Amino acid sequence: MNRKKSLWVLLVVILTIVSVIGSFSTAFARNKKITIGFSVPSLYFTWFVFTKDVAIDEGNRLGVKVIVYDGLNKVSKQTSDVEDMIVKQVDGVLISPINVKALVPALNELDRAGIPCATFDRKVVGAPYLVHVGADNVEGGRMAAIYVAAKLDGKGKIIELQGTPGSSPAIDRGSGFHQVVKDFPKMQIVFSQTGQFDRENGLRVMEDAITSHPQFDAVWAHNDDMMMGALQAIQSRYNLDKLVLVSFDAIPDALKAIAQGKIDATIEQHPGLQVREAMRYLVNYIRSRKKPPKHEIYVTPTLITKENLTKAEKYNEIRW
Amino acid sequence: MDILKKAGHYALIALKEYGIAIAFLLTCGIMTILTPVFISPRNIFNIIRQVSMLGIIAVGSTFVILSAEIDLSVGSVVALSGVIAAGLQVNNGMGTFLATLIPLLISLTLGLGMGFVITKTNVHSFIVTLGMLSIARGLALIYTGGYPISGLNSSFNAIGGGMVGPVPIPVIIYTGVIIIAYFFLSQTTFGKYIYAIGGNKEAVRLAAIPVDLYKTIVFGISGLTSGIAGVILAARVNSGQPTAGMGWELDVIASVIIGGTSLFGGRGGVIGTVIGSLFLGVLRNGLNLLNVSPFYQQVFIGLLIVIAVIIDKFRK
Repeated sequence: MNRKKSLWVLLVVILTIVSVIGSFSTAFARNKKITIGFSVPSLYFTWFVFTKDVAIDEGNRLGVKVIVYDGLNKVSKQTSDVEDMIVKQVDGVLISPINVKALVPALNELDRAGIPCATFDRKVVGAPYLVHVGADNVEGGRMAAIYVAAKLDGKGKIIELQGTPGSSPAIDRGSGFHQVVKDFPKMQIVFSQTGQFDRENGLRVMEDAITSHPQFDAVWAHNDDMMMGALQAIQSRYNLDKLVLVSFDAIPDALKAIAQGKIDATIEQHPGLQVREAMRYLVNYIRSRKKPPKHEIYVTPTLITKENLTKAEKYNEIRW
Repeated sequence: MDILKKAGHYALIALKEYGIAIAFLLTCGIMTILTPVFISPRNIFNIIRQVSMLGIIAVGSTFVILSAEIDLSVGSVVALSGVIAAGLQVNNGMGTFLATLIPLLISLTLGLGMGFVITKTNVHSFIVTLGMLSIARGLALIYTGGYPISGLNSSFNAIGGGMVGPVPIPVIIYTGVIIIAYFFLSQTTFGKYIYAIGGNKEAVRLAAIPVDLYKTIVFGISGLTSGIAGVILAARVNSGQPTAGMGWELDVIASVIIGGTSLFGGRGGVIGTVIGSLFLGVLRNGLNLLNVSPFYQQVFIGLLIVIAVIIDKFRK
């Protein structure tokens, strides 16, 4: 009996302490500067690590606090991250959803809580958002193909290293490239396999490609990492001047390889610009309720070659 | 008639005893017919080099699985070892020797540490190594800030890309690891104890074999082989990638199982594991040469794992 009583007392005391701390922290939170929840599919991808760094930098510039969430490439994790943000009462959310559909319930909840949400790079379909800033991956794939076609005079054999099967950048970049190649009857893709967007697999698959198709004129990789791997396989056996090598993302290693004349071109889709714009629209809306000029804003990708290397966002990060 | 019967009888025995080896050779034969370039010396070295990293870890994991334990941390240790090797060169300006030695020592220590925790606390290795899978990956990401580290010494890169005559250096390292592991498992008391520990724990305890010590060493071996693979991988792709080796634990376990080592310990060996690793490698390489869609490749590999274990069941 006594024990039961003391348990009750303990419970009441704990609840009181928790609620006091809770009300204090919410009161405190109201006086704090604007907080933005920033969520990406996975910080395992260098590309998103870069966007995270840019988001924090832009946050500092605008005088807002940025809380970073890593979705670990799991829809369930990203969903619960969004729920956490609602509990934490962030003022706005900047997110790149893993999947166009799966995040809809979470983002609807966000909307009901009255928290504005901007998306970048990847979109959401079926939930309200303030603005989407993205790059056109299909257009990037097309640009790459047009470059290859011009370099090869419209005829030649191409090896394609695909990204992770079923992922939206792999689908979009691939389809843009294929659309253009179809118009050149003398250009054909002789080998097309997945390098899973990473170096090791890019190298491994390129070795297999060389074995089955030793004669080729161009390599098109859905991202730079795979191209960097593929380069290890081809640079000792082929004359790089005679090959056309094009990939995607404009990471520092690829820019350096372009400067050294190993790779010919890469597609820059301006991730930094995407994040900065989306962040500015979002913070602007929170501060002054001013809506962005358009609901969807697309950044045009840029083809980076030796001639316009300094236009790449990560030009200053090249380790010479 | 009689001869036919006898031949059939022996064929059945052969199939039971060497089922997976025969299936492996058959697959190689089919690949050669479908795409003759498969059997060219260069492609064979290609396959072995591609296999070497997973293969080295699989050899280490054979010790673990023989003693009825599991190591899920291998892929993350690969990444940690690789980024440390790269970081020591690029950030600290170290030479190839130290930049190779230090990550190996760290990987060995991580393995021994896991073994120590597992044996002292009696928490299942599945849990402890699952924890390390996450910890080592996190450390690799912290160490690099999430970015790959590139621009390594050319003498270091030779570990992954160099050749001695026509033989790639990773293949030589792989061969060395196989020979040493085979010697230890089949010729030393250490090896006999490992089998015994996995086969009959109670008898081993009664025979006063220091089980905890041996198990700790076994996890040390697994850590070290993961470290070696990490160094080779970093050298091969000329950079330390914090995301390297993701999901490798499953390929490694698949290699060991396809090779006929029992998941419950006590039965199997290094040679089987090597065949298992090569089988996976041949399948991936061959299907690539044939330009088979990556979607189908995953189905083939899944089928291989299940069929291999079924064949192995008949052997018992």
